[in-house]
Amino acid sequence: MKKLLSDLKVGDSGKVVKVNGEGAIRRRLFDMGITPGVEIYFRKKAPLGDPIEITLRGYELTLRKIEASFVEIE
Amino acid sequence: MANLKIALAGNPNSGKTTLFNALTGSTAHVGNWPGVTVDKKEGVCKKGKTPVDIIDLPGIYSLSPYTPEEVIARNYLLDERPDCIINIVDATNFERNLYLTTQLLEVDIPLVVALNMTDILEKDGDDIDEKALEDKIGVPVVEISALREKNIGLLINRAIESAEKKREATSVLKNTSVYGAIENAEIAFKLREVVSPLFHAVKLVEKDGIEVKNHPHEAQAAEEFMQKNAKDSPFGGDTEAEIADARYKYITTHFSPTLKRARKKKQGELTKSDKADRVLTHRVAGLPIFLLILFTVFHVTFSENFLYLGSIIPSFGEWCASESENVFKAIFFSADGLNSPGAILFYLMDTITVTIGEGLASVMDGASEWALQLVVDGVWGGVSAVLSFMPQILVLFLCFSILEDTGYMARVAFILDRLLRRFGVSGRAFMPMIMGFGCSIPAMANTRTLADEKERTATIRVIPFFSCGAKLPILTAISGGIVMSFGMGNAEVITYSMYLLGMIAAVLSLLIMRNTSMRGETPPFIMELPIYRRPGFRNLMLHLWEKLKHYVEKAFTIILVSCIVIWFLSSFGWDWKMVDDMSQSILASLGKLLQPIFTPLGFGSQLGKWGWIFVVAAITGLIAKENVIATFASLAACLPGLAGFEGTEEGIQEVVFMISATGITIPGLISFIAFNMTTVPCFAAVATARGEVGQGKFKWTLIFWLVSSYLVGTIVYAFGSAFGGATWAIIASVCLLAVAVLLTIGIVWYGKKGSLKGMFKGRK
Repeated sequence: MKKLLSDLKVGDSGKVVKVNGEGAIRRRLFDMGITPGVEIYFRKKAPLGDPIEITLRGYELTLRKIEASFVEIE
Repeated sequence: MANLKIALAGNPNSGKTTLFNALTGSTAHVGNWPGVTVDKKEGVCKKGKTPVDIIDLPGIYSLSPYTPEEVIARNYLLDERPDCIINIVDATNFERNLYLTTQLLEVDIPLVVALNMTDILEKDGDDIDEKALEDKIGVPVVEISALREKNIGLLINRAIESAEKKREATSVLKNTSVYGAIENAEIAFKLREVVSPLFHAVKLVEKDGIEVKNHPHEAQAAEEFMQKNAKDSPFGGDTEAEIADARYKYITTHFSPTLKRARKKKQGELTKSDKADRVLTHRVAGLPIFLLILFTVFHVTFSENFLYLGSIIPSFGEWCASESENVFKAIFFSADGLNSPGAILFYLMDTITVTIGEGLASVMDGASEWALQLVVDGVWGGVSAVLSFMPQILVLFLCFSILEDTGYMARVAFILDRLLRRFGVSGRAFMPMIMGFGCSIPAMANTRTLADEKERTATIRVIPFFSCGAKLPILTAISGGIVMSFGMGNAEVITYSMYLLGMIAAVLSLLIMRNTSMRGETPPFIMELPIYRRPGFRNLMLHLWEKLKHYVEKAFTIILVSCIVIWFLSSFGWDWKMVDDMSQSILASLGKLLQPIFTPLGFGSQLGKWGWIFVVAAITGLIAKENVIATFASLAACLPGLAGFEGTEEGIQEVVFMISATGITIPGLISFIAFNMTTVPCFAAVATARGEVGQGKFKWTLIFWLVSSYLVGTIVYAFGSAFGGATWAIIASVCLLAVAVLLTIGIVWYGKKGSLKGMFKGRK
């Protein structure tokens, strides 16, 4: 089964394989640096469980689980 | 010769607006929040060898066609063609910032890279070799600190030098499999003499929506070319992904090595900012901390029992109470304890305005009765009522500016996104809403950071419910009046619960709109969380100064004029003669005409002879919300037995007179506040809303405001009256809260059961 960014647990990290989805969301993910090969560290969840905070390319990014589920990792 | 035009482009939160301020000495709004600049701003920079025009573009991550800011920036660069672009790059977030740089390189306009925040980088012992970077990128790179104004002159001079030369467009995509298609398209564009052919060619191959629409013929050709090559590419013809990937790959192989890290940071290692973040966005503590911070802000601004010292140490409280009997010491001490900084400034300002009022009266001694009334009651009474609130509005504004500049506001969006999503807006919408506490106008303009049109309209409509600074006088004066007249309650609690009421009204309206007329998918939430920073003193002062200027301007222009108009209408009858009894005046007859409409709200016909005063005050509030209490101040002087009465602290005394003259009940007063908080905002805000939502929706926006305020007022009055008695204020607020909480839980539960899942289904 494909592993998704949204499946990670706090403290895990992984490498991006593919970005799914389409249009504005996908493009935004690319623009923010989520491209194949990049290392992502799952930093924390928001107090209400969603969105999540990740570290990539030396900065902090927040996105929702639903958006994170477009990102395949290994 | 006209000045050279230099555009500032860069990521949100890269210090672009700070640089703009440093260059132009202007007071453009700056904040540590991605997306504070939503429109382009212009200024003149005289720090280089020749004066140049600086254009501050909205912060963008890319030149893609998805958000309004990106389109504004893109159109500006392509259509207006500035003489040079200064691309500001946050050195602490190097790779992501250079992604935009690789796109700017494709536009054939001279480019200078300003490497900002290198001081923060150097603190960690890291260093960027700017010479090496300059060689790699092929355009000048200048290390600057926008905050400390380091190398600003050097930067602008290099930009001027670059502007004098032409620059060939280049692309970092040269060695990729898509470059063949790009070259083909570029040749086609060159033949048609399109400006910036390389930029258009890249966007076309990227299947950029705007480009494909504008050049369908070339798009077709590029598509065919790509189809032929698709099998060679690991991306299988997905050029958008391939190009984004290629840009980042180029950055990491060519640009990133110029950054020398003192030591490699281990993954998960905590910096100071991380440690702060761990507490502030803690799973359990995060939300309570947010509420506490919000409460602290209001406490520092309004409390007359600072830190509750007067209650904690009874002997100190008593001492304060005795001290507060002295007129001058009362600036610092209240009957309950120590005044908060906001309250101290307020009483200071109040003492000054009252003294001026007395001075005016004595100077004009001997002047005719009507002139005295016009100046002392009509004009100064109104203006001073407004001015005395300025300190508290500024303190409130300062607190929000600090929260914004430190980067905490972005975390608030992170914490609250899930909650706000239930109401159909993203966590991002929280920023414009909370800005509404300061002033609706910048808040409405800030909604441009929201990509979704329906979310934007819905947000603009509820912004006035976040009680702005100008509505504060209504709250303080009336809640103070309630405490004084009925000898019960706590003004601070009333004020706080009215703020909550506004927020609840906003949330409910959002829910209703997003499920009916403004239905749509919950927009995505992919946002950068900036590192925590200490706010720059200069920037904070610039914020304050701008606010102060705006406020004073308003007090002496629109409010002054409307005070005179109201005074005239209230002092003269239809026969253009001065009336002895104000109930014979033009204003009174207008108010009486509308009075019955407000009966269900508790300030209509049941108030008898003087009830129209409340109606008139609400109407004058449409000009500017400060007018409501200013109107009370002007009208109080006309009440029987109060001739020659001068405006007092907070307008509380005026409200007390109104209460005794009209016999209005507490629910009626609270309903009056609620009505003013949720109704059509001031003229200036209405004009802004009109510009932002567009003609068609504007009419409905006005109707929405009228209906919602009428409903809210009616509900509050009904609730309050039903309970009655001494403790009603708290009970009513609690009940309203309970209803809201129950509704929220119900909707959350309902959402979990299916409807929200259904909303997301279409997106996968």
